[in-house]
Formats: sequence, structure tokens, C-alpha cells
Amino acid sequence: MEPILELSGLTKVYPGGLKALDDVDLTIRKGEIFALLGPNGAGKTTLIGAVCGLVRPSGGTMRAFGHDLACDWRRARARIGLVPQELSTDMFEPVKRAVSYSRGLFGLPPDPARIEEILRSLSLWDKRDERIMALSGGMKRRVLIAKALAHEPDLLFLDEPTAGVDVELRKGMWAIIDQMRARGVTIILTTHYIEEAEEMADRVGVIRNGQIIAVDEKEALMAKLGRTEAHIALALPMQTLPPAIAQFPIGIEQGGMSLCYRGGDGTGRGKAEVADLTKALTHAGIDYVGIETRESSLEDIFVSLLGENAQ
Amino acid sequence: MIAWRSTWSIYKRELSRFLRTAFQSVLAPVLTTTLYFIVFGAAIGGRMPDLGGVDYGAFIIPGLLMLTLLGETTSNSSFGIYMPRFTGTIYELLSAPVGVAETLIGFVGAAMTKSLILAAIILATARFFVDYSIAHPLFAVLYIMLVAAAFSLFGFILGVWADNFEKLGIIPMLFLTPLTFLGGTFYSIDMLPSPWDTIALANPIVYLVSGLRWTFYGSSDVNIWISFGITLTFLAACIAVITYIFKTGWRLRA
Ligand SMILES: Nc1ncnc2c1ncn2[C@@H]1O[C@H](COP(=O)(O)OP(=O)(O)OP(=O)(O)O)[C@@H](O)[C@H]1O
Ligand SMILES: [Mg+2]
Repeated sequence: MEPILELSGLTKVYPGGLKALDDVDLTIRKGEIFALLGPNGAGKTTLIGAVCGLVRPSGGTMRAFGHDLACDWRRARARIGLVPQELSTDMFEPVKRAVSYSRGLFGLPPDPARIEEILRSLSLWDKRDERIMALSGGMKRRVLIAKALAHEPDLLFLDEPTAGVDVELRKGMWAIIDQMRARGVTIILTTHYIEEAEEMADRVGVIRNGQIIAVDEKEALMAKLGRTEAHIALALPMQTLPPAIAQFPIGIEQGGMSLCYRGGDGTGRGKAEVADLTKALTHAGIDYVGIETRESSLEDIFVSLLGENAQ
Repeated sequence: MIAWRSTWSIYKRELSRFLRTAFQSVLAPVLTTTLYFIVFGAAIGGRMPDLGGVDYGAFIIPGLLMLTLLGETTSNSSFGIYMPRFTGTIYELLSAPVGVAETLIGFVGAAMTKSLILAAIILATARFFVDYSIAHPLFAVLYIMLVAAAFSLFGFILGVWADNFEKLGIIPMLFLTPLTFLGGTFYSIDMLPSPWDTIALANPIVYLVSGLRWTFYGSSDVNIWISFGITLTFLAACIAVITYIFKTGWRLRA
């Protein structure tokens, strides 16, 4: 598919010498939802800032919609929206005026109907004449989203859109992101809630110390790095693994009271193997009283990726 | 190519920021003008001779106007850029498809509008105290706009340079206010004893006040074209500095 954003060799060294982005290559496809994951200080906000013009890159090239961001930034930026991580809004402005301002600033003619549609979709219409400072944190975040949507961007950056947002609102936010996807907007989001990426993202990138350490389709990543974990509680304690089940990736735990299986690949192969294991146990006359299986989540994969990379 | 819609948005926004505090914006100049007229016009002015054929009370109007305009314009526009930097809302301006031209035209245009409003208020207040006429009204308006443009840009530079509130206030307090008071606001340079009359000419504000006074009364301490030239030079210097700031992203982009 056609790339909407291409970063190559993107590097940022802050004054003081901190290398926040280290030779980043990244291609974002049209219409996808891309989740950028990484621990605090990994460089997510810096990467977004570089594309949006808030951070001056120290090296590398960036292309968006086929325009080079170094020279043709006007045409590219007109189509990019940004919801920043920090809740920074003009506290004294009423909601609707702030959102209309954003539209004008990006060079579009006024369109009250469109602004109303955006505010309604974010449940902000009732608050349209309220000053932003009178809103709650979650509402302020939605005002920032409304401002970013006011100029109908084709590429939208959401820097931790659901930080500090309650569970219900978060679900609402996911629905809004889904709507935008349906409209063909390409979305790049960062989040510390891995389940959020698991729920929404088409592709996932993991960044650490300014380096992208993994980029893949969410499914592919989970298939490649996912595992099945099973715990089988035994009727009688066992000291050594009998040869009949030795070919399985298992170990003894809880002082022989339980077997632990770790294997498979995230495509469900592990579950089938656990089924085979139980048959082998029955066949060998080993009695068990309970089975608990769990597929690893994106979060487990994320944690293990970061752990691996630290070594 | 200039994105006029973006420029218009910035202009409207800046102006609405001014109107939001309309009460202060109107009351402050009315109050200061009144005070100055009571102190300088009535109390002292009665004992002053006419200056260059102009009644003392009328003589100080251009100086008073300049005093207020320089202070208000500089502080208003320095806050206008400092606050977004401080609160982080500047991200929007930086991520928008606008460059130095749109930003400056929007900011400066708003500053000119505000200055004309302020000037009108001050002149209306002055009417209560003295009788005056303006010899070259068109030039007066142009000159006020020119000075407003220059000092709004100067304020813009201050607002970008300052990284705390103290720095924001220090330049106006340490340089602008003293130089304005020493700049022939309430007296004619001719009244100074030698060598101070010559030294005073090193103060750029002298030329600004003198220029505005010329548009009012047709005569001034220094040649109008020199005043005009100095104002234009200052304006050009500020534009150059700001263009540099935008090009390099100094203090604006990380
Ligand atoms: N303006 C700046 N000047 C100097 N260093 C900075 C600046 N902004 C960020 N950094 C540093 O760059 C690194 C990356 O920061 P960045 O904000 O990109 O991280 P992040 O991945 O967004 O983290 P988080 O999840 O906490 O938001 C950090 O070590 C940070 O301290
Ligand atoms: Mg961040």
C-alpha cells in the first residue's frame, strides 16, 4: 500500500547531548492505525514533534504525502493533525471558538456545520460556549481532539489520547478513532495501555532509547512472539518428569503439585499442544485436577521485547 | 504565497485577546492620561511657557500618546507570544501550515488596530483637558501604525527571548520606560542645557516622540524624515531578527 509517511534515518540530539531519536526508519501506510509503544522517555513524543514541526531533527529525512517535510512542509502540514500529550489549551477561550480558530489557522474556510458535527461526535456540543478552563481533564482532552480534527486531517497523531481518561470515555475514544479510520484517516497513536493498542492497532512499533526495536502487523507480532501458558494441577505430587511427556515444553512447579507448559506461537498452536499434553497425561495414568491456560497478551510481548533488548 | 485565511485567524484571535480585557484596556489609558494631565497639564503646565507656539498642555499629548503606545504595544505583544510558549499552546501555531509572514502580519496587524483604538481613547480623554488640533491627521495615523508595528515586533522578540516572567518585564522597565521619559515626552529637547541636548539625541525614543509631535503641530525637535527613517530602520531590524528566529526555530522549536 502507498506510504503516507516515510521517515528515514531520523535522528534527534537535544542540546545537552541526549539522543532522543537514533536513526529511525519508519513507514506508515495509508489508512492504518499505527500504535507506537515504548516506556517513558523512549522518544515517542519527540518523533511526533519532529513530523509536526515542534522539534528540529538533527538528521534524516521525512516525507509525508510525497512531500519532503524539510521544504514542502506547508502542503504536508495542512493535512496533518496533532493531539499533544500535554493538556495545553487557551483556558479563557470558549470551546467552539477555540475549535473554529484551529480550522481557520490551518487555512480552511469557516464551516459551522462541520464544527458542530465534530463537537457532537465528541459529546462537547453542550459545552460549546463554556470556557475551556471550566471543563474537566477528560473534556479538555476531547477539546484538543476536536481542535485537531477541525481542519479534517488525513494523518492524525494522537499522543496518549486516553491518558487520564476514565474507562467509559476511553471506550468512547476508541469508537471515535474507529469512526476516523472508517473515514480513511491514518492514525498514529502512542499509549501506555497496551490493551488499547491490542484493541485498535493494525500495526505496532516498539521504540526504546530512540530506536525502533520492532515493527510489525499486530497479528504477526503476536503470532511470532506470543505464547500459550498452561498450568496443570496434579492429583499427586511429581518429582521428575516421566519420559511419556518429556517431549513437551513443560516444567514442574509448586513443589511438584503442578505442571507448567509454555509454548506455541500465538496462533493457537499452543492450545492444541496443551490438549495433546492432557491426552498424554491420561495415557500415562497421571491424574490431574485442574487446567488453566492463558494466551500471552500484547503487553506480555511488549514487556519481554523490552527486557530482551535491555540485555 | 501568503495563507490569508490563517493570517486572518491569527489577527482575529489576537484582537479578541485584547477585547477580552477590554475594560482594563480602556480604563488604564483613560486613567493614566487623566493623571498626567492633572499633574503636568494643570499643576505644572500653568507655569510653563508655550513651546514652539504650542500650549504646554497640548504639547505633551503626542508624548503621552507615545508613552502609552510603546508600553502597551510592547507588553501586549510580548505576552501574546510568551504565554503560548509558557502554557504550551504554541504547539498549534508551530504545527500549522503557517510561516513567518502569516504570523507577523496577524500579530502586527492586530497590534496596529489596538494602537489606533488606544490612541483614539487617549485623544478623546485629552479633549476634556486641552484644546488641540492635528495638523497632519493622516500622517499621525500612519505614524502611530508604524510605531505600533515596530514595537509589537520588538515585544514579539522579547516574548520569544524571555524564559521567565522576570525577563519579560525587565527590558520594558529598565530601558523602555526610562528612555521614554527622557525622550522629550514632557519637554522639548531645546530646553535641556548643553551638553545634555546633544546627548539626548542618542536616545532613539526622542525621534519617535518628535516625529509624532510633528504630525500634530507641524514642528518638532528633529527633522520628520529622520524620525521616519529611524522608525523604519528599527522596524526592519525587528523583522530581520524575527525572520531569523523563525528560520532557526530559536526558543520556539526544541
Ligand atoms: N526539549 C527537550 N530538551 C531536552 N531533552 C528532551 C526534551 N524533550 C524531551 N527530551 C528528552 O528526550 C527523551 C525522549 O523524550 P520523549 O518526550 O520523546 O519521550 P516519550 O517516549 O514521549 O515519553 P513519555 O512516554 O514519558 O511521554 C527523554 O529522555 C527526554 O528527557
Ligand atoms: Mg511522550
